[in-house]
Amino acid sequence: MNTLRKSKKNIGFIFILPWFVGFLVFKAYPIILSLYYSFTDYNFFRGVTTYTLQNYKDMYVNQTDRAALIVTIKYVFMTVPIKLIIALGVALLLNKRSKMVNFFKVVYYLPAILGGSVAIAVLWKAIFNDNGLIHGLCKMVGMQAPKFMTNPFWALFMLGTLNIWQFGVFMLIFLTALNMVPKELYEVASIDGAGRMKQFFYITLPQITPIIFYNIVTGIVVSFQDFNGPFIITRGGPLGSTTLMSLMIYNNAFKTFNMGKASAQSWVLFVLLAIFTALAFITQKYWVYQPEDDGKK
Amino acid sequence: MSKKKEEIIVDKFEANPQYQKLREEYLYSINKRRISVHEREEDELTELEKSKYVKKAKRIRNAFIAYSVLIIIALVVVYPFLWMVGSTFKDSSRVFADIGIFTKKPTITAYKTVLNKYGGNINIIKALINTYTYVIPEVILTVISSLITAYGFARFEFIGKKVFYVLMMSTLFFPQVVLYIPQYILFSKWHMVGSEWYLPLIIPTAFATESYFVYMFIQFLNNTSKEYEDNARIDGCNYLGTFLFVVIPMMMPVIITSAVFKFTWASNDLLGPILYVVTPAKYPASLFVKMSMDSAAGFNWARILAIAFISIIPNVIVFVLASNIVVEEVGSEGIRG
Repeated sequence: MNTLRKSKKNIGFIFILPWFVGFLVFKAYPIILSLYYSFTDYNFFRGVTTYTLQNYKDMYVNQTDRAALIVTIKYVFMTVPIKLIIALGVALLLNKRSKMVNFFKVVYYLPAILGGSVAIAVLWKAIFNDNGLIHGLCKMVGMQAPKFMTNPFWALFMLGTLNIWQFGVFMLIFLTALNMVPKELYEVASIDGAGRMKQFFYITLPQITPIIFYNIVTGIVVSFQDFNGPFIITRGGPLGSTTLMSLMIYNNAFKTFNMGKASAQSWVLFVLLAIFTALAFITQKYWVYQPEDDGKK
Repeated sequence: MSKKKEEIIVDKFEANPQYQKLREEYLYSINKRRISVHEREEDELTELEKSKYVKKAKRIRNAFIAYSVLIIIALVVVYPFLWMVGSTFKDSSRVFADIGIFTKKPTITAYKTVLNKYGGNINIIKALINTYTYVIPEVILTVISSLITAYGFARFEFIGKKVFYVLMMSTLFFPQVVLYIPQYILFSKWHMVGSEWYLPLIIPTAFATESYFVYMFIQFLNNTSKEYEDNARIDGCNYLGTFLFVVIPMMMPVIITSAVFKFTWASNDLLGPILYVVTPAKYPASLFVKMSMDSAAGFNWARILAIAFISIIPNVIVFVLASNIVVEEVGSEGIRG
């Protein structure tokens, strides 16, 4: 009996062994290495010469480094809320409909599948070009299209649209959540004379707060790491207005091979991401609906 | 005697004009109520019917508005894509002049030159073949390794399981950016940068390095009962057999979804190939599309868009084939977690 139980224990570990090896080699070791290099002036070709805190100080002192930090935060604050609202709006429109629901789901989800590709980034460049599709559409209604490639604000906005365009993931998750709100709640509410609006704000919204929370966290993680857009469409310009931290890290690490500095910057990005995620987690007890624990969990 | 007395009293009472008046009033009121009840019933019926029609009309109106908005949003969502496909059939000078999808004089010039080779002896078809020589192994290895890991976590108890689980989950949201630099150093130490077989891209996937998939599988397993597996075990099936013939078939929807995800992510990936693919002849589609955009003198947009379009056709096909399953699974993703 004892040996059988022992062998059972071994079997469980054998199943996760490949993951554990991968974790040590491709995660744990690189993480430690990266942390170590972040405190050095490591250059890929020159190696380490001194230990320094300058990499982290630069994040605050250096104008361009700080600008990238601010642009990244701006980008996250722009993309995540807009994406959430559009996704929820579309999910509400689709909710409880019966005809063509699947067609719409597939259409809205398609950008999430294609959005990360170079091809779509190229397409975005064509659309927002100074004489591109948007320019043509604006001219048709007698308006002047903003200069997406040269105006710092509009350049960042344009990159944001590529991110927001991929709202399908959130939408599908919202849709499932809406379906799971107990029908009785609405029945009771309508007997009590609550209108559509009241039902939405007092039943639907509180009931789906856990899902809103989930979407916010994943949205933050995704937006903080967007790379293809700035790398291909704007190359960080104009005037560094779209140099997200991910792009700056890439430039430092693989263009000038200042990997020590890039490592430090990637850790700053990680801490930033962790702070934002932690904020979501800390505040969740104030706004996320916690279902009564029925002892099932 | 007493009875008589009473009758007299009643007669007297009925003879009283006041009483008669009261009685008339009473009868009248009863009648009136009867009539009014009748009337009201009629009213209610029509009102009920009316409200039914109103409700139905309202519902149709609401559905009409909802579907109109849905269609408009769908058009906005797919228009860029349709415009791209349409533009590949335009004359290059007309790409931006026509904001519509169709052009008056369609041409296939763009596609004629698409297959032209670049200096590095590569065209889009070869680039696509390059892409799938590493994407397909990546997909297979990711799914297998993640499945095995998830099965271990979800179905077995072993020493230190909690610690391992926390380690695994802590890497779920860990940004890939932090790992790129040290991993690059690692692979360059192993002399794998520029590997002919894209080893730096493929090898990590054999070790379930993408926690997202492990997490997805664990969530699925946690939400399905162990009963079938237990029965199979009782019937004398060993661990491997149970895993292959009970667990995997059960998990097919989530496996397919993960495979589609990994397929698109791996073929969309640009940073990996930039770091680890050195010779242009080995460029995958993502890198090739970027290169053709960068190097196109004067921007022959029709041709670039044609190349871009070809590069995502496989993704679209794979997604459309599995779309029903994927769309369902993605929806339940947040719920399980």
